[in-house]
Amino acid sequence: MAANPMSQFDVYRIGPEIKVGAFDISFTNASLFMILSTVSILLIFNLGSKKNSILPNKIQLLAELSYTFVSKMISDTAGSKAKPYFAFIFSLFMFVLFCNMFGMIPYTFTVTSHIIVTFVLAAFIFIGVTVIGFIKHGFGYLKLFVPSGVPAVLLPLIVVIEIISYLSRPISLSVRLFANMMAGHTMMKVFGGFVISLGIVGGWLPLSFSVALTGLEILVAFLQAYVFAILTCIYLNDALNLHH
Amino acid sequence: MVKKIYFQSIFFGFFLIKDALAAESGGMPQLNPEFWVSQIFWLILTFGVMYLVLSKLILPKISNNLESRKSQILENIEAAEKQREDSDAKLKEYDEIISKSKLEANSIFNQAREKALKDIGAKRDVLDKQIENEITEAEKEIDALRKNAPDKINKIAIETSSELLQKLIGAEVNNSSISAIVDDLFKRNGDKYYGN
Repeated sequence: MAANPMSQFDVYRIGPEIKVGAFDISFTNASLFMILSTVSILLIFNLGSKKNSILPNKIQLLAELSYTFVSKMISDTAGSKAKPYFAFIFSLFMFVLFCNMFGMIPYTFTVTSHIIVTFVLAAFIFIGVTVIGFIKHGFGYLKLFVPSGVPAVLLPLIVVIEIISYLSRPISLSVRLFANMMAGHTMMKVFGGFVISLGIVGGWLPLSFSVALTGLEILVAFLQAYVFAILTCIYLNDALNLHH
Repeated sequence: MVKKIYFQSIFFGFFLIKDALAAESGGMPQLNPEFWVSQIFWLILTFGVMYLVLSKLILPKISNNLESRKSQILENIEAAEKQREDSDAKLKEYDEIISKSKLEANSIFNQAREKALKDIGAKRDVLDKQIENEITEAEKEIDALRKNAPDKINKIAIETSSELLQKLIGAEVNNSSISAIVDDLFKRNGDKYYGN
């Protein structure tokens, strides 16, 4: 029902039920928008990289600006050692950005408003960063939990806090994105519902709010993708350049 | 008034949400694990494919494009710099040539002027000499003529007087007596006649 602001997050099957063993991997509306996002990303960047003209056309400029934007972000936060992970962070940023932005179109589904999706991404990043850290530094990576210049008395407490903060990274990373997207879309739906329930007399105020919120949500959609990518870069920086 | 409506609307809205949430059995669809596996599967599939295509095919191309553009721009800048230097050198050369030729022209002009002045001087000297010569000659001639003139005039006067006398009187008069009279006149009035 349209009045329920949470019904926009419902996942439903499109087409037949597909089962592999005990697992249901049916094609859903979430899958549809994942595919839409990835296909549009690939389309745009394929078009943007096809021709190499000295004066780039609009789509080439778009692709190259995104490329330099992400590469600058990585080199600023994680240094030059993070170059091999550029493609991953670029894909991550673009995927989250496009999923967020597709969610801004009315009647669409926001892939990133589901905790399971963001958590899988965050967990993959967390595990990957930890593995990279141990490969680069061996057990010296554990020094991450022992900051230098801390009085010996406080050290046990600090180490415990550091370990907890490290382990909570995937949770904070995934919940930040999921909660932002869900809250924003719910709020927009609620205000949209007010427009209908207050009718022609009082509906104008929530309608103007809806318009403002749409702008805000587009900003949030970009910002959360950026935050997601830049936090990944920061975690990667911890793993690559261990200076504590 | 507007504010009142606004607050009322929010109040109303909470009732609506409450009703809606009460109607929903699970609350947040995100926490319903029914499609979790499906979402994970499709996420890994789509993201994996996208990552592979981007990292293997598209991103290298973009970085290639950027690099080639950068290098081409650098090359162009270098070429432009070189051409600028060349043109600067050429400009300098040109300036040098111009100043040199100016100096040359000046010296040629000076030489020509000196030569012309010299020529003119020499010619003037020659002409002056010639003129002087001619003047002296003419003066000499005039002097000679002046010296001879009284004698000739005397002779003419004597002859004319003798002929006049002969015609007037019809008798021959001695030339020597006439010449004595002429001489006498010449001595008395010579200054008046010849302006000496």
